[in-house]
Amino acid sequence: MSPVQPDLPKVRLHVVTGKGGTGKTTVASALALAMARRGRRVLLAEVEGRQGISQTFDIAPLGHRETRILHDRTGGELWGLSVDAKESLREYLQKFYKVGRAMGVLDRFGAVDFATTIAPGVRDVLLIGKVYEAAGRRSGKGGGPAYDAVVLDAPPTGRVARFLNVNAEVADVARVGPIRTQADSITRMLRSHTTAVHIVTLLEEMPVQEAVDAQAELRAVGLPVGAIVVNQLRDPMLSAKALKQVSSNRSKRLAEGVAKDLESVHVRMTNGLVEGLLDDARQHADRVALEREQDAILQDLGRLTVRLPLLPEGTDAGGITVLADALADQGML
Amino acid sequence: MASRAAVASALDLAALATDPATRIVVCCGSGGVGKTTTAAALGLWAAEHGRKVVVLTIDPARRLAQSLGLTELDNTPRPVAGIDTSGGGSLDAMMLDMKRTFDEVVEAHATPEKAAQILANPFYQAVSSSFAGTQEYMAMEKLGQLRALAERDGRWDLVVVDTPPSRSALDFLDAPKRLGSFLDGRFIRLLAAPARAGSRAGLKVFSVGVNVATSTMSKLLGGEMLRDVQTFVAALDTMFGGFRERADETYALLKDPETAFVVVAAPERDALREASFFAGRLEEEGMPLAGLVVNRVQRVAAPSLSASRALAAAEQLGDAEEKSTTAATTQGLLRLHAALAETAARQESLARRFAAGHPGIPSVEVPAAAQDIHDLDGLRAVGAALAGG
Repeated sequence: MSPVQPDLPKVRLHVVTGKGGTGKTTVASALALAMARRGRRVLLAEVEGRQGISQTFDIAPLGHRETRILHDRTGGELWGLSVDAKESLREYLQKFYKVGRAMGVLDRFGAVDFATTIAPGVRDVLLIGKVYEAAGRRSGKGGGPAYDAVVLDAPPTGRVARFLNVNAEVADVARVGPIRTQADSITRMLRSHTTAVHIVTLLEEMPVQEAVDAQAELRAVGLPVGAIVVNQLRDPMLSAKALKQVSSNRSKRLAEGVAKDLESVHVRMTNGLVEGLLDDARQHADRVALEREQDAILQDLGRLTVRLPLLPEGTDAGGITVLADALADQGML
Repeated sequence: MASRAAVASALDLAALATDPATRIVVCCGSGGVGKTTTAAALGLWAAEHGRKVVVLTIDPARRLAQSLGLTELDNTPRPVAGIDTSGGGSLDAMMLDMKRTFDEVVEAHATPEKAAQILANPFYQAVSSSFAGTQEYMAMEKLGQLRALAERDGRWDLVVVDTPPSRSALDFLDAPKRLGSFLDGRFIRLLAAPARAGSRAGLKVFSVGVNVATSTMSKLLGGEMLRDVQTFVAALDTMFGGFRERADETYALLKDPETAFVVVAAPERDALREASFFAGRLEEEGMPLAGLVVNRVQRVAAPSLSASRALAAAEQLGDAEEKSTTAATTQGLLRLHAALAETAARQESLARRFAAGHPGIPSVEVPAAAQDIHDLDGLRAVGAALAGG
């Protein structure tokens, strides 16, 4: 299957995934914020009920109702949503069968639990279905799209291909019927050029391996992979020359030089100080070498690679804005 | 370090792992914190200190799996080569195959014809390979099996389990019950025999409800899926009761004092928050929490030099009129040191805050390694840190 290369400025649904711990919620939030700060009306949605969005923006927990997080001077707006499978089912029943009130009965018989947690694939269809609905929604009289873009904080890389490939997921159990029809329309949107799945990673072995695996899986099921986002990059602390020096075998001479330098600026020399500094530098050099290897693996994927700095203070204190600007500067919007 | 001792009481995993009364250790925590590595390292340490250990991993990184000799996913524990067995211990490891485990449960509890019928059912195939809770359920099922096997033939005296990479660390406690009570519950019986369920209840309201429920489900899912579910349920009829019972048994096992939960967290805000939820939940359920492993903690090799002094010295070197040949490198070393020391201080303050909020939870720190861990020596180093060495 030939991969669709998404034209990022035209993308209306941005799906953000990554291995657990790589910061995909932060990246999804920064991407949504970047677009809102540039005058667009954006919905940021999560589907696992983790309240990652409300924690990132330090607001009250989100529910199934779209809530405005901020309004920008440019006229842009950021809305947040935590999709709930049961509520999606209720809306779905109401919309297509006008039987929203049947929920009580269904609930009593365990049918709601069945549909939202156990029936294979149905939960995912309901969750993405809500995102699909929001992305395609037209607002009132003007008839324009309700949102210029939707950003989905998706499940982690290990599960994302299955989550997005709803069609195949329900195919086993629902070959016909409305769930199937819904799955088909969702799949059409997901595979189109208006969707991009971005993969967040760190320059470490496991996250990179998962990013590589995920992009292969996504391609195999015809989903358009967007950017690779390398998160939490540290500034180079040592020059190329220094890295070479600390890793070489002639570090005794280096140690003497460093000791003299430290004395010249009156650093109190304690036992093991110079050796300690050099030990940490050697470890750092090992890590830099590993990061370069991992970076090369990502480059081979041939995708737009976006790099984000490590924020020592986390996403507090405007950190998320720093990331948003970095995403915009590197062509992700 | 003195300041660390004041932070929290120390988690003595060495004592825990060598205590013959400890029969099960469950490693849990949010995704990406190093649960699998911790489970493997603890298992290895215990094996080299005389325990007969089996480690159940769920989804190990490829190279870590290879280091344990886990090249094939065949759902059977295999001995790990290269272990020091002079203390009388041994180490086996296995990777969970959830579908295979589910199949085995069916095969063990149904007649051969019934089992074949169930295994061929499309609904069963979907539930057993893709339902989000199946992995959790099967991990607990496998834990129960290994524990029973250990009891019976004495091949192992300690089972160490890793938990699935769930959406939240709590999922593996809830999912088995959810699947168990579903497979055993009212709704599925109703699907199996709606008429019977209605007449037995003898209530008109009930049978109206049944009709609303089944007809809505049929509209939603399509008649075909419902038929698959019904055949599945009919075939499974003999096993009813079994599922919930098994889920309840495993739950009871997790509450037993022979079990110890070890919560793994990275020294970061989100991971510690998750650890805190988890600790609260374990306490609520009366499950024995041994303590917290704070994984990948930044250490500095020259702690006597403060971050601010290092930065000042780097600036002074930059301002000096005469520069030595090593001055630029020394400046780099000082800046690197300052950055590492700041990270270490931030992590320590997070850990301290956690300890203050959870005074009863002992903890142990594992220093960050420069490289990912993918061989036995790497695991030994982590094991030594876990055991407080």
